[in-house]
Amino acid sequence: MSGDWLTIATIIAMAAATYLTRIGGLYLMKGITVKGRLKAALDALPPAVLMAVIAPTVLATGPAETIAAAITAGAAFLRLPMMAVVAIGVAAVIALRALL
Amino acid sequence: MLKPSRAADFRRGVLDILPVLAAAAPIGLLWGTLAAARGFSPFEAWLTSATVFAGASQFVAIDMWRDPVPLMLVVFTTFVVNVRHLLMGASLQRHLARFSAPGKLLAMFLMTDESWAFAERKALAEPLRPAYYFAVAVSMWLVWTSASLAGAIAGHSLGDPAAYGFDFAFSAMFIAILAGFWKGRRTAAVLASSAVAAALAKLALSGAWYIVIGGLSGVVVAALLHSDEEAAA
Repeated sequence: MSGDWLTIATIIAMAAATYLTRIGGLYLMKGITVKGRLKAALDALPPAVLMAVIAPTVLATGPAETIAAAITAGAAFLRLPMMAVVAIGVAAVIALRALL
Repeated sequence: MLKPSRAADFRRGVLDILPVLAAAAPIGLLWGTLAAARGFSPFEAWLTSATVFAGASQFVAIDMWRDPVPLMLVVFTTFVVNVRHLLMGASLQRHLARFSAPGKLLAMFLMTDESWAFAERKALAEPLRPAYYFAVAVSMWLVWTSASLAGAIAGHSLGDPAAYGFDFAFSAMFIAILAGFWKGRRTAAVLASSAVAAALAKLALSGAWYIVIGGLSGVVVAALLHSDEEAAA
């Protein structure tokens, strides 16, 4: 059936496009000496991308998510174990969604 | 001389990723049921999770799935949703010195938001070792592919993950990891600019450009705030 082949072809093409984004980063910085301002920029990449990933959930979903994120951040800054931080965050969002 | 064994690294990685696996399993199940509803066979659902292995783009693709499949549109959208990997990879490659050449290619194939975040957090404290990274990344792959397959076979969902707060588990985990990157006011400026830019971009643009826009905006602020005298001191 041709439909099945189109499905498989689309899956393979999706996988190829995604792998391209994954290995692209390896070669993006090839041969570039990382120091000074560039190093400061690269060091900021992980927190900046992490923040960007969660920003819509944290800032633009609703008050329950925003308040739960603040509670989670508080728990994280108390240096609680990650499992505890995640449990507190999930419990907070369940409670706040029920209340608000 | 304190040199952790490979087995210890592996155990550490599995323990670190455990709470993420608990949150990823129901989401993989849900994706599998949605794929089955769009006509995916269990094998096709498994193949997608095993080779694309990028949750957000898989949900977007299933949402766009029609008969006949709009191949170009689905593939282009997948690329856009995953373009953030370029930034993540550019940062992660600095920590892959202990990986062989094929090990690097496999490491990148298995890179997800979660395994990348754990690897970056690890690299803050000590050199990133392959045993730790692959324990995290392969665990994610096994759980995501198994859950998708199970979901596609079962064909009906356990329910909305939002009802149990599972959808928030990833945000909570990223917040916990973010705390480890805190270095004072400069970090606050980076995070604020990233958060505001990403939230505005999310409201203004369709697709996943907001991650790239937010990430770049934070990076630009970090570069602007950098001063060479301080770095030398």
